[in-house]
Amino acid sequence: MRKVAIVGVGIAKYGYRSDATLAEIAFEAIKEALDDAKIDARDIDSFVVGNTGVWSSEPLPAVLIGEYAGLVPKNGIRVEAACATGLAATRTAYTMIASGEADIVLVIGVEKMSESTTPQVVELIGRAGNYFWEFENFGMTFPGYYAMYATSYIKRFGVKEEDLCEIAVKNHYYGSMNPKAHFQNRITVEQCMSSRYIAWPLKLFDSSPITDGAAALILASEDKAKEITDSSVWIRGWGYANGTSNLSKRSDYIGLEATRVAAQMLYKKAGVDPSNPAKYFDVANLHDAFTIAELMALSDLGFVKKGEEHLIVREKQTYIGGILPVNLDGGLKAKGHPIGATGVGMLVDLTKQLQQRAEKGRQAPIKRGWALAHNVGGTGHYVFTTILSVDKP
Amino acid sequence: MSGEKTVIKKLPEYIDKISEEALSMIDRLTAETGLPIYMDPKTGAPMWLDVRELRLRYTLPVKSIVEFFEALRNGVMKTTKCKECGTIYFPPQIDCPKCRVRNMEWIEVEKEGELVTWTVINTKPLTFSYHNDYVVGIVRMPQGFNILAWVRTTDPRKLAPGAKMRLKIGRREDENYISYWFEPVE
Repeated sequence: MRKVAIVGVGIAKYGYRSDATLAEIAFEAIKEALDDAKIDARDIDSFVVGNTGVWSSEPLPAVLIGEYAGLVPKNGIRVEAACATGLAATRTAYTMIASGEADIVLVIGVEKMSESTTPQVVELIGRAGNYFWEFENFGMTFPGYYAMYATSYIKRFGVKEEDLCEIAVKNHYYGSMNPKAHFQNRITVEQCMSSRYIAWPLKLFDSSPITDGAAALILASEDKAKEITDSSVWIRGWGYANGTSNLSKRSDYIGLEATRVAAQMLYKKAGVDPSNPAKYFDVANLHDAFTIAELMALSDLGFVKKGEEHLIVREKQTYIGGILPVNLDGGLKAKGHPIGATGVGMLVDLTKQLQQRAEKGRQAPIKRGWALAHNVGGTGHYVFTTILSVDKP
Repeated sequence: MSGEKTVIKKLPEYIDKISEEALSMIDRLTAETGLPIYMDPKTGAPMWLDVRELRLRYTLPVKSIVEFFEALRNGVMKTTKCKECGTIYFPPQIDCPKCRVRNMEWIEVEKEGELVTWTVINTKPLTFSYHNDYVVGIVRMPQGFNILAWVRTTDPRKLAPGAKMRLKIGRREDENYISYWFEPVE
């Protein structure tokens, strides 16, 4: 397998983008990535589009973006893995280069959620579990699925709703320094606690927003990367796993088995000691579709013992200066969660972190030069994880 | 129930109302300006209001598990058990992926289980918008599988992990089709 580098990154402004179409918002990210790598569309061999769609009008986003971005007749496909679409698309592009089939591949994650109304989006995401046994008859919602985990944590480990709010406060704090974030306002625990319940015990401020956004990466083989830049960031490997469609079939409700399996696979490939992974990473992006999701990921990924996550949150160990700075771009919670763009956007920001070009106040000190990304699709239905590094694997 | 509209019928009325509002807006805009373009009230951005509407209602095959529904009609819940390896499946399925054979028997599901976890759905999906907030729970059954269903309780604050739950089968309040739910064992 050949080594694969990230040689250019771009990201559109996340938010309610009533000013832009799906193709335009995608091109904002593509243009920035091409400018970053100082290459042209004709240098691209193929492209992969991460997009979940259904709420937006265009059914063939890869074809639409291919035309708008001047990529025709180059081949592009859409990849979908629910909220893990972004890392799934990146992994597809990675294997195209690693296998020797392509030298330069463009990855675009894009979502235009605001083309549908909020009740319709709640409906469509709620259907993204098991349709007949969980939605048709019982009207589950996406916050509802994660709330089942939050109830377990609260009842079993004494986690308080305030602990979950602390995660929202942190992610808004870092989001306030990210000009591309959906929400750039800081919040307090009190504000979060007084927000209304959307799926008890989860409140509005525990939840990531409905967001439009796009992000792009240019991946290159080792030879091409050398020609393009001297500040490549390398992909050290992947870990991935799936969970059951029915939430009722999960073995427990105190974490995601798919994250645990994906982490083991990734750590083994990258030579990370699973008993103390925190020492390997300067920064991590963990999938915080809801605050409880970030909390569970801390133990599923091995950073802390199960049931003790809230203790390190209370000690602010997931801020810069703590044992593991988490979601310094604002996370899904404040940066936003444009489904198909989310995972790609994580890698855009981690690349900038490793190249030390994040905004002041949210730049982690880069010592070891490694970063971790964790992207969950659905409620643990898909998990993709990867490690980026400054040094070549 | 008789004479009263079920929430299933109320929903299309609600959706029709929204749809009619959009259609009148399109009519007004096109009459006045020639185009279905309006200014977004939040951002002021010009928006094209889609003149086409997509409505979807799926049809789902239940031939392989029709016994599940027939049992519900008789007030019991049944699920499938592989005659080869003994694995019990819930939701019921007719293929055993372990044995790769289709050789199931239908067994009766026990009437009581224990609550594992739950939530209250406050913000509801569009097609459930006529319901009051509902509690959804996951209940561990003695036969070794979980069932996700509504928990009918007057006070969700009294729920606790391990609480005994009774499986109930009957017509759904407001919707009138036969389904199942749990009630706390007092």
